[in-house]
Amino acid sequence: MNAKRKDFLATIMINLIVAVVVGILVFLLAYILISGLPHVSWSFLTGTTDAFSGAGGIGVQLFNSFYLLVLTMVISIPISLGAGIYLAEYAKDNWRTSLIRSAIEVLSSLPSVVVGLFGFLLFVVQFKIGFSVISGAIALTFFNLPLLTRNIEESLSAVSRSQREAGLSLGLSKWKTEIGIILPVALPGIVTGVVLSAGRVFGEAAALIYTAGQSAPVTNFADWNPMDAASPLNPLRPAETLAVHIWKVNTEGLASNAAQLSAAASAVLIIAVLIFNLGARVLGMYLYRRVTASNK
Amino acid sequence: MNKGSKLAMGIAAISLLLVGCGKATSSTSSKSSSAALSGKVTAVGSTALQPLAAKAGSNFMTKNGKVNLTVQGGGSGTGLSQVQSGAVSIGNSDIFAEEKDGIKADKLTDHKVAVVGMAPVVNKDTGVKNLKMAQLKQIFMGKITNWKEVGGKNQKIVIINRAQGSGTRATFENAVLKGATAVKSQEQDSNGAVQKIVATTPGAISYLAFSYFTNKLQAVSIDNVTPTDNNVETNKWKVWSYEHMYTKGTPDKATAAFLSYMNSKTVQNGLVKDMGYISIHDMKVTKNAKGVVTQN
Amino acid sequence: MEQTHSQLRKPDAQPNEWAVRLHHATRATREDWLGKAISYLCIGVIILVVASMLWFITSKGIATFTQNHVSLGKFLTGTNWAPDQGQIGALPMIVGSFAVTFAAALVATPFAVGTAIFMTEISPNRGRKLLQPVIELLVGIPSVVYGFIGLAVVVPFMRHLVGGSGFGIISATFVLFVMVLPTITSMTVDSLRSVPRYYKEASLALGATRWQTVSRVILRSATPGILTAVIFGMARAFGEALAVQMVIGNAAIMPKNLISPASTLTSQLTSGIGDTIDGTLPNNALWSLALILLLMSLVFNALVRIIAKRGQLKHER
Repeated sequence: MNAKRKDFLATIMINLIVAVVVGILVFLLAYILISGLPHVSWSFLTGTTDAFSGAGGIGVQLFNSFYLLVLTMVISIPISLGAGIYLAEYAKDNWRTSLIRSAIEVLSSLPSVVVGLFGFLLFVVQFKIGFSVISGAIALTFFNLPLLTRNIEESLSAVSRSQREAGLSLGLSKWKTEIGIILPVALPGIVTGVVLSAGRVFGEAAALIYTAGQSAPVTNFADWNPMDAASPLNPLRPAETLAVHIWKVNTEGLASNAAQLSAAASAVLIIAVLIFNLGARVLGMYLYRRVTASNK
Repeated sequence: MNKGSKLAMGIAAISLLLVGCGKATSSTSSKSSSAALSGKVTAVGSTALQPLAAKAGSNFMTKNGKVNLTVQGGGSGTGLSQVQSGAVSIGNSDIFAEEKDGIKADKLTDHKVAVVGMAPVVNKDTGVKNLKMAQLKQIFMGKITNWKEVGGKNQKIVIINRAQGSGTRATFENAVLKGATAVKSQEQDSNGAVQKIVATTPGAISYLAFSYFTNKLQAVSIDNVTPTDNNVETNKWKVWSYEHMYTKGTPDKATAAFLSYMNSKTVQNGLVKDMGYISIHDMKVTKNAKGVVTQN
Repeated sequence: MEQTHSQLRKPDAQPNEWAVRLHHATRATREDWLGKAISYLCIGVIILVVASMLWFITSKGIATFTQNHVSLGKFLTGTNWAPDQGQIGALPMIVGSFAVTFAAALVATPFAVGTAIFMTEISPNRGRKLLQPVIELLVGIPSVVYGFIGLAVVVPFMRHLVGGSGFGIISATFVLFVMVLPTITSMTVDSLRSVPRYYKEASLALGATRWQTVSRVILRSATPGILTAVIFGMARAFGEALAVQMVIGNAAIMPKNLISPASTLTSQLTSGIGDTIDGTLPNNALWSLALILLLMSLVFNALVRIIAKRGQLKHER
């Protein structure tokens, strides 16, 4: 019964491995949350950072993170949607398509620090836009495009052929079929992908240090005109995000409680990512149910 | 990217020039009456100077509500490059522009805004509180490798240097190594990281600006001179440098006002001292770009 | 296009209608053109981004060799990195980057594959409900947080365990191991799930134990997928900057062992770029490091493609 014995041993081994992995995961999450959550308070979430010591709240950074995320998504979703449709529908199976696919994969495997420095070179130095929300958003778009494009293409391709044929045989154009029939069916998958990539964008720091900058000037939250310099919506102001803030508190922080500050900010960041993940699941499921129900 | 806000800023800048009634700023007056002052000032560069500049900047903005002042890190090299290329109004630097290759120092105007003293710091367990200059030099050259050789515990010396090209390292090497080459060792690019690592690593030595001293570190005297502000002012303590704000050509009104605000008694006797820097007004000596010190 | 054809061939069309239809594109055709134009435009934008990125970084990166006349051989094999003194030997960083990447992949792969087998073969239910969400969450943990935990937990731990300062390749490996684990695991899960069910059923029907089935049938037919997963993990490890920078110690010296401080391409890049002046040798040298990172990500991509092609051939046979 050698094979059985081996089978038994292997199962034990695998269970052990899983136990170690789960142990690491649980430790990580517990460590971040336990060391950070006690320092999270309402005033921490909404307060402003002391420019000198880095102490104080993370209100502005939190806003910046979300604003940057929204801008990034506004830029990257339409482009990757178009690119995804191209790859799923129009691309022929030839060398050109394969080149395009490689280009997208290269973009996706570029280290984020390289993407950030490219953004720095192009927007901050070359175009003289300066460290700004918009520079950061474009750098993040570079980083986000390949992930989203691939996700959209996969979701579109997963829709069954018969739906496509049904649309075409109704006399709809290929484009109408795509937008009117295929896209809604693929939507749950796309939404999940978008929300997951949002989590990644939210936590990105290396690409932002030299593009969106490392300072969070106190903004006037009563002023919502994007043209005003002090307005939080001004895309040309520098915007330190939460992830960059954690990096900075750790490396430059003068505050005596720098460790608590970064732990607390990390906990907030993790919770945000957690919400994104759960949101992706719930939203994806909800849309899936709606779409399948309407197709009954 | 956003043409609208760029246009708006351009108009603001032009109208500033046309109106030209921004109060001629006097360097000593701390009165805030420059109501007509407006425009955008961007200061980029040294991470060491960033906190002071940011805090002073936000105070300046509360007095001159129409001025939008942003302070960015990015490093002294970035600051000097950017001010040279005209991308920003002020380039913050820890070192003289003359010391950097590729910077045409004669095209830039130097505004010294503070003096920063630096001192060797060691892990508390080493048992060392004073070193001779020659010993310090040999430690950083890698010739002395154990603390017992300089009167401490029998413990290996762990050198934590600063990133090559950083202002802090240049100052330290000018004053201590005097042309000799430091042994290759760990390099950290920020005060915060050095502070943390020296405090927790047995046998560690590095150097920090006075403002980053904590009770978890041991600041070391050199030749029985203690690292204090008074000793820096008389040049008894040799390891110090200026914090510079460089401008190119004639600064615009808002920039000039900010620079004279930085030089005012309010900032020099208030913020500068609060933050652990030494006021430029208190210095009894002057150092030039070549490191030659003259009595005032 | 097919659309217009089918309309044109309609038998009841009158001759003058024919003419009209030939001269004017139908609404559907125009829609199709528009759609095509939009999607081509989008793909064009992406290509433009990739091309300009390659162009910018390459032109910056080769300036070290064309403007500062550093020889490529010296750059790749020199061990003295002191750009301020004109010494540009990038080997310590290259070795450091490869060392942490391979070490992390080596440690992570067995754990990732083991976890993936658990999730697909041993306990698919618990795997899907519990492990999958947690692993997806881990993919989303920002690298800064990993670095912060590395500095607070891993470095002191390694100092007690193996001595030294705690900073070094081994700490970086550990942090990267945790960082790439979710990537490799989730991709391995995908490739195990895509193994046709009848392979497994056939094997079990022949009387093979679960482990025999897993090790000789499932793992073997999923090998290309697993390799791809490992390479993706390595690409992530190779390009990781902030987390590594915080724990590796950043010393531009040839790593002699796993516990002495070393540095990677990315850690030198992030710590040095702010202190250099645009257009000077120290700055160009850092861009050359970025160029190496870029080229390596091209290599990783090529590897993935080769593996994918091999895998396809196998299945077709």
